Amino acid sequence: MSTVVVHPIHRAVRFYEAPIGKKAVMAATGVILVGYVFAHLLGNLQIYSSDAQQINRYAAFLHNPANAVALWAARSALLAAVVLHIVAATQLWLQNRAARPQGYVKKKDVPASYAARTMVWSGPIVAAFIVFHIMHLTMGSVLPVRDIGLNPNTPDVRWNVIAGFQNPAVAGFYIFAMILLCMHLYHGIWSLFQSLGVNHPRYTPWIQKASAALAILVAVGNCSIPIAVLSGLLTY
Amino acid sequence: MRITLHIWRQENAAAKGRMVRYEVPNVNEHMSFLEMLDVLNEELIAKGEEPVAFDHDCREGICGMCGAMVNGVAHGPLAATTLCQLHMRHFKDGDTLYIEPWRARAFPVVKDLVVDRSAFDRLIAAGGFIGVSTGSAPDGNAVLVPKEKADLAMDAAACIGCGACVAMCPNASASLFMGAKIAHLGLLPQGDAERDQRVVAMVAQANAELFGSCTNMAECEAVCPKGIKIEVIARMNRDFLGAKWSGRGTAKE
Ligand code: HEM
Ligand code: FES
Repeated sequence: MSTVVVHPIHRAVRFYEAPIGKKAVMAATGVILVGYVFAHLLGNLQIYSSDAQQINRYAAFLHNPANAVALWAARSALLAAVVLHIVAATQLWLQNRAARPQGYVKKKDVPASYAARTMVWSGPIVAAFIVFHIMHLTMGSVLPVRDIGLNPNTPDVRWNVIAGFQNPAVAGFYIFAMILLCMHLYHGIWSLFQSLGVNHPRYTPWIQKASAALAILVAVGNCSIPIAVLSGLLTY
Repeated sequence: MRITLHIWRQENAAAKGRMVRYEVPNVNEHMSFLEMLDVLNEELIAKGEEPVAFDHDCREGICGMCGAMVNGVAHGPLAATTLCQLHMRHFKDGDTLYIEPWRARAFPVVKDLVVDRSAFDRLIAAGGFIGVSTGSAPDGNAVLVPKEKADLAMDAAACIGCGACVAMCPNASASLFMGAKIAHLGLLPQGDAERDQRVVAMVAQANAELFGSCTNMAECEAVCPKGIKIEVIARMNRDFLGAKWSGRGTAKE
């Protein structure tokens, strides 16, 4: 076949039209979101530093006006990734539901895991959690928050987190959301390899194990903080 | 042995179907599942009732005509086995079995357990072919094929096109079928030439047939009577991304 010149935008549209194209978009945005989740975990774990001000200094560094461009670039990229991920997931979900208008009287789910079958529930709950989480700790519109008053925006993250988690309802919702995030990533991380065409009898079992391990690591690492506060191990 | 059946009965494509209960008191454990249905049908005919329509041809697990959901699993509970090769000894006296047709928007019910799978034929017409010169047969070993590739292509070529993958998939996706064809033909030098066109055309055709898409559940792999692995779906995804990246395989508009 001869080389055909097609306008790049047209090509992108044709790519996205196909379910495999949408799935590749979900996988690529999934990589961005998973990368963010890990970076965020490393940030959160600084609350255990013997230096009580460590996590506040980290926050002040992120909010330093000198880093504003980088901060907003990262935030925009994450927002774009979340939006693309949700739009593609929703389109595929609707199309897949329409592909079987009449269901079975009896249907077994072998061997799809519970996590795999509930992606479309764990995803939106995690999304709702993200909104709550930003309102709680970034915008300070859920509970009172403090600032250590260095430069314009230097939240007292340590106080905000500990005071927030002393409310069992807040701590409970964070733990619940992290369990769902764990389920989403348990299927999601290995799934993105498959969606991008990586499957090999020698490596895929390891990718699946690593996917489960990473998902559990994120949940255990993040859940440890509300648990430590509720049990009185972590105080201001 | 005595088996209770709940079978989907539907007079024709337009009719509204329903599950009907039947008792088969005289099932022999050496009967195949389809022979058990034959026995039921003999009784129904003797009573002047309409026999249960189901597809079948070879009854030896190679043609891909038979298939139904048995208690929510395509081709029944035995792995890597078509319905015609499933024997009643795998069930217990007194079992209750729900038998339903493949369900997908792309596979409309024709009658009872018979569905129209011509969407698969149109997928094959879209890309499941290779270009060859007609005339006398080519020399046996003129085109060399590495053994490993020949084996992988052969594994994929085992697909009999029964449609169990679509029936079992929570999304009614034809990905395992398409992946099997794409792997079978694309792994061999004879089919490599059309690799980009093939995947682009088949994926577009599957969309037009209103099949769903893959969410990596692997339920197809679990019920495939030929043991085809979702590795072939990854190969299809890889071929698709490669074709779209290079821009090859898409017709000029
Ligand atoms: C915000 C709302 C979200 C929704 C509605 C959502 C929904 C979904 C759905 C339906 C799938 C498809 C599962 C499948 O096809 O097997 C999926 C896959 C995935 N999700 Fe999400 N998700 C959301 C958020 C997230 C977040 C926050 C992350 C990461 C931290 C994430 C990471 C992934 C990954 C890595 C995949 C695998 C992509 C693939 O199969 O190629 N998702 N998501
Ligand atoms: S009748 Fe041919 S495969 Fe079952």
